[in-house]
Amino acid sequence: MSTGYAKEFKENSGRMSQDLTHRAVIKKALNAYEVKRDENRSKYLDWQEARQAAAEIKWEAVNHLDRYLLEMTEKLEARGTKVFWASNAEEARNYVINLSQEKKVQSIIKSKTMTSEEIHLNSALEKLGYDVIESDLGEYIVQLNEEAPYHLVFPAMHLTRGQIKEIFKKKLGSNTSDQPEELTMVARDIMRQKYLTADMGISGANFGVAETGMISITENEGNARLTTSFPKIHVALMGIEKVLPKLGDLALFLPLLATAGGGQQITCYNTMIGGPRLNDEVDGPEEFHLVLIDNRRTELLSDAEQRDALHCIRCAACLNVCPIFKSSGGHSYGTTYQGPIGSVITPHLRGLQDWKHLSLASSLCASCTDVCPVKIDIHHHLLHNRRNAVSQSPVWWEKIAFIGFTFATAIPALFQLSIKIARLLQPLHGLIKGSLIDPARAWTQTRDLPEIPAKSFRQQWKERK
Amino acid sequence: MKIHLYVPCFVDQLFPKAGMAMVQILEKLGHTVEFEESISCCGQPAFNSGYWDEARKVATRTVEALESAEVVVIGSGSCGAMLHKFYPELFKETALSEKANALAAKTFEFSDFLVRKLGVTDLGAKFPHKVTYHDGCHGLRELGIKNQPRQLLSHVQGITLVEMKEAESCCGFGGTFSAKFPLISSAMGDVKCSSAVETEADYIVSSDSSCLMQIQGLLTRQQKPIKTIHLAEVLVSQ
Ligand code: SF4
Repeated sequence: MSTGYAKEFKENSGRMSQDLTHRAVIKKALNAYEVKRDENRSKYLDWQEARQAAAEIKWEAVNHLDRYLLEMTEKLEARGTKVFWASNAEEARNYVINLSQEKKVQSIIKSKTMTSEEIHLNSALEKLGYDVIESDLGEYIVQLNEEAPYHLVFPAMHLTRGQIKEIFKKKLGSNTSDQPEELTMVARDIMRQKYLTADMGISGANFGVAETGMISITENEGNARLTTSFPKIHVALMGIEKVLPKLGDLALFLPLLATAGGGQQITCYNTMIGGPRLNDEVDGPEEFHLVLIDNRRTELLSDAEQRDALHCIRCAACLNVCPIFKSSGGHSYGTTYQGPIGSVITPHLRGLQDWKHLSLASSLCASCTDVCPVKIDIHHHLLHNRRNAVSQSPVWWEKIAFIGFTFATAIPALFQLSIKIARLLQPLHGLIKGSLIDPARAWTQTRDLPEIPAKSFRQQWKERK
Repeated sequence: MKIHLYVPCFVDQLFPKAGMAMVQILEKLGHTVEFEESISCCGQPAFNSGYWDEARKVATRTVEALESAEVVVIGSGSCGAMLHKFYPELFKETALSEKANALAAKTFEFSDFLVRKLGVTDLGAKFPHKVTYHDGCHGLRELGIKNQPRQLLSHVQGITLVEMKEAESCCGFGGTFSAKFPLISSAMGDVKCSSAVETEADYIVSSDSSCLMQIQGLLTRQQKPIKTIHLAEVLVSQ
């Protein structure tokens, strides 16, 4: 764990883990979610069957991306959509930038899209002087607070109402109470103006549908619908893994995403977009561009063992149950995608050696795998990443330690001897316990060690024979 | 039945009482207990750290030493998962693959073995205390063990079992994770301990000594008024 990213993660996650206020805020936010999630999950005839069906559909789609993506894009193009295939983040960014320049765009409004975070679109556009505003309330709050989204689905989960009130006061000069309704009204007033003036709307896509050539957007605030229909130009960013074969698949995936992601039966707004405004239509954007983003997803696709990580529908259910996430907080990860799934895919997207520490930062408790609605083998992939990192480049002292371990366990007498020495030394341990020279400090800083009993099981076993 | 009792290195060296309790229970039920002294570890520390070659070396000895065993009962959900679930993966496409699969098929976690394999739930124990049960992650989510220990506890005389809200949450141990990320690990343990303390139970019971070591380590340090005990020890109490 020598990389800067690893060091940062260890420091930040360690600090956050001791922050009891943070822990309480997250717990409170998640308690409400858990109740609704369980309530809505129980409405399924068989939640496990639903997960299985979803996993099978995703398997089919991901294993035949070549076919389904073409089917989808051909239909979209036939209705006048401009489709751009971006192999990496830079190509995707440049496409949007060039389009903005070419069309003399002044003002851009966005609805929630993690893919744009992945390709660092906002900062690139802002650097060129574009005015970019997030229309999802949570995203807007973190944008005002000049920080990255804390969580895939609830970007401002870590902030209390009081803090949000303060942010609004400082950045917008508003003078409201901390009541959510009032705060929302402040944001809404600003947003409504932006919808009218923005000439480009940027959105994500929760799903693509091959059969009908459409994208599907899920949301709760109605902001995505406005973002994708008011401005003259609509650009949608979509990871290539988001395509589903059939329109009917959405009958499963829309409620599944809503329940796993927000604890809802279905989200308030689900929009299907199949192209720009047609000749006989009265509204909708004049242009619709779909940017399909690979950005190393095809590398993950070529890894048969971890290919199912591409099933991910970014519901964040795995974050919500993850004790590492809850302790460390979303910002400690330093990644676009936080939590268990982020720990699995970030090494693929940004390099294994730089990001392997996230795979190590897990007790492998499997809560994530247990809730994942598309049955990704999340925690086992953390093990796979650990194995791959070691076979690529082992950590020298660990390698020596584990070779020693194979010897020690090969010769039970040696193993017993080391324990005996430890037993003899234990009374002295009290003198240094928890201090900087304590070899067991990683443990004893916060915890006591058990007393080594006078006789091991083996000894007692032998004696009774 | 001839039962090979696999005593995890943890239990062997640090919690021998739990191991002896298992012997006592199985013998009381009329079975012959064997213990293979040549095995000292299942290889999980190396496996979980990504050192699969080293883990395979350690695991090879286990697979070979237990080849002739009729049935293997293991006193930990975590090591149970290692033998039952991860050995087949570790030995996939190797010469030992078949033997590893065979071992996996005859390996049972202790409470699961009593309830599902032997059909025993009442061991005639007495434990007049209020307890709460901690589900070890590997037992619960890798092996699907949830009701077995509770069924066993429900037949103990004088016992009151109260569920804590965080029963299924990880205690934060996670093997080498607890030393690599001690502060995250301890924060996770705190959540567990607070939840257990809320129940006002006298004891936290679990089938995994490693979880109990983590939990007890925090409880002692924070001087919290609740103790830990292995399920097998409860089941031999009189
Ligand atoms: S990995 Fe599964 S649970 Fe996590 S965000 Fe993706 S779909 Fe949701």
